Amino acid sequence: MSMREKIEEAAARYPDQRSAIMPALLIAQRQHGHLPGAVLEEVADILGVERIWVYELATFYTLFHTEPVGRFHLQLCDNVSCMLCGSEDLLTHLETVLGIMKGDTTPDGLFTLSTVECLGACEMAPVMQVGDDYHGNLDVARIDALLDSLRATEGQRSSVEHASMRPTGE
Amino acid sequence: MFEPVLLKNIDVPDGHLLSTYAAGGGYQALAKVLREHTPDEVVDTVKQSNLRGRGGAGFPTGMKWSFVPKRTDRPRYLCCNADEGEPGTFKDRILMERDPHQLIEGLAVSAYAIGAETAYVYIRGEYVTAIRRLEQAIAEAHAKGYLGTHILGSDFNFAIHIHCGAGAYICGEETAMLESLEGKRAQPRLKPPFPAVAGLYASPTVINNVETLACVPHIVVRGPEWFAGIGPDKSPGPKLYCLSGRVRKPGLYELPMGIPLRELVEEHAGGPLPGRKIKAVIPGGVSAPVIPEHGLEVGMDFDSLAAAGSMLGSAGVIVIDDSTCMVKVATRIIEFFHHESCGKCTPCREGLNWVVKVLRRIEAGQGVPGDLEQLEMLCKGIFGNTFCALGDGAAMGLRAALTHFRDEFVAHIEDQRCPFH
Repeated sequence: MSMREKIEEAAARYPDQRSAIMPALLIAQRQHGHLPGAVLEEVADILGVERIWVYELATFYTLFHTEPVGRFHLQLCDNVSCMLCGSEDLLTHLETVLGIMKGDTTPDGLFTLSTVECLGACEMAPVMQVGDDYHGNLDVARIDALLDSLRATEGQRSSVEHASMRPTGE
Repeated sequence: MFEPVLLKNIDVPDGHLLSTYAAGGGYQALAKVLREHTPDEVVDTVKQSNLRGRGGAGFPTGMKWSFVPKRTDRPRYLCCNADEGEPGTFKDRILMERDPHQLIEGLAVSAYAIGAETAYVYIRGEYVTAIRRLEQAIAEAHAKGYLGTHILGSDFNFAIHIHCGAGAYICGEETAMLESLEGKRAQPRLKPPFPAVAGLYASPTVINNVETLACVPHIVVRGPEWFAGIGPDKSPGPKLYCLSGRVRKPGLYELPMGIPLRELVEEHAGGPLPGRKIKAVIPGGVSAPVIPEHGLEVGMDFDSLAAAGSMLGSAGVIVIDDSTCMVKVATRIIEFFHHESCGKCTPCREGLNWVVKVLRRIEAGQGVPGDLEQLEMLCKGIFGNTFCALGDGAAMGLRAALTHFRDEFVAHIEDQRCPFH
């Protein structure tokens, strides 16, 4: 389904198109990685709503990114339960091994590092969300293993893309 | 030993599938109310059970339902607040991931009771697994005729839609959640009118928490007397407690309402980490004022905790031990509230900004004489003067930390350093 079709399908759930802006932004962000102005305007046009309504949501809710984020967005919880279980040390470790400060993206565009408020998984604190997945009971060793596996995933993906670009019959 | 009710299926393989739920007696409550009861009788049953809302406020659920006008020319809506964001809370996520049909049946029975044909489940955008499981379960329930038109051969029609949140704690406030559902910034509304009269799209609306709705099918099947007989009379039922922090066995526990906090932490959750002592416990998510160790005999129910100067809230129980700096905990909590302030009203938006600056200064060893008095003045300026309970929660939490752990704050200022560093 195209982005437009997905948005129109979501909009059918509501009696008012304005309600569909949030789901539409989530769909658009999944497609584009982030929400630049042109995408916000496209969403407004698909739904036939005021552009300012779309802008005001994109800049209010923390899950919407108007600036680009890395291929893997590392979202480390630093709320109380995770803090009590050592999330501060994990943040320092991540900053050191990635060579960036929280809020930044690595120069290769692979990782963006953020701290987030409670992810609602305190039973496995400290917790970090990467993409759709939660990773819990983290320590330095597990963080390192996770980063390695993410890099490996990306390596495979690039080689598959590279392979698919070769002329067939090679 | 207490036999789990709400968590009955969570460790069962494929507990999220309709076949598993139905094999354990699932959807019997829906069949029963459609066959044997009028909507008013269902409302009365829930009133008799004394079920109180599990989202934090503890309002009697049956009474909330009875405020929906009997005659209206507008559609009625049921909304499920699944935007679980109170730090220290994870019960609704687990209920939705592991047993989504329990919530779907609760929604269907509750919608029948209030005369709603549409429900929106407002669920945290971060809860991707729960969202997928719930979508799959809704599709299964449709296919089996538990949702849709003429459900189980009756005249009852009902559809459930999922609405993903996008990271706004304020959506725990029900009118802010309605604003968000209407596609606006999540900022609380002036009340009255209350949602039961004019809620979503200005129509009569009931908003219930996931755990509250999950209780409903069990009340219908086992009877209101069974539910009312568990725990304290005025605050009964099985209850989910989320244990986290400096404790041996963090996790989700289902036990009777009213269980002593000490028993919960020391027996069920295994007590403090080796070599550590418990210093304090936050009993109901970070909005709930902290309870020092000597107060742990308090019962975990709405009324007992209120009498002890705290609250049950979302039952997010965060254990703090003697290795933890209370100034740091307080700072982190107020930073959270400051970050999540929706910006609508000045005392919360500006007051919390100021509080954060003072707390960070104290924690960094740069506090000055008069800082504690200034914090108290700021709490006074915020408490009771904000549009919604977010500001109140922040002020109550800080006041409790200042009252019970004043010596730690004083030590930071006098010694110009954090004694825990």
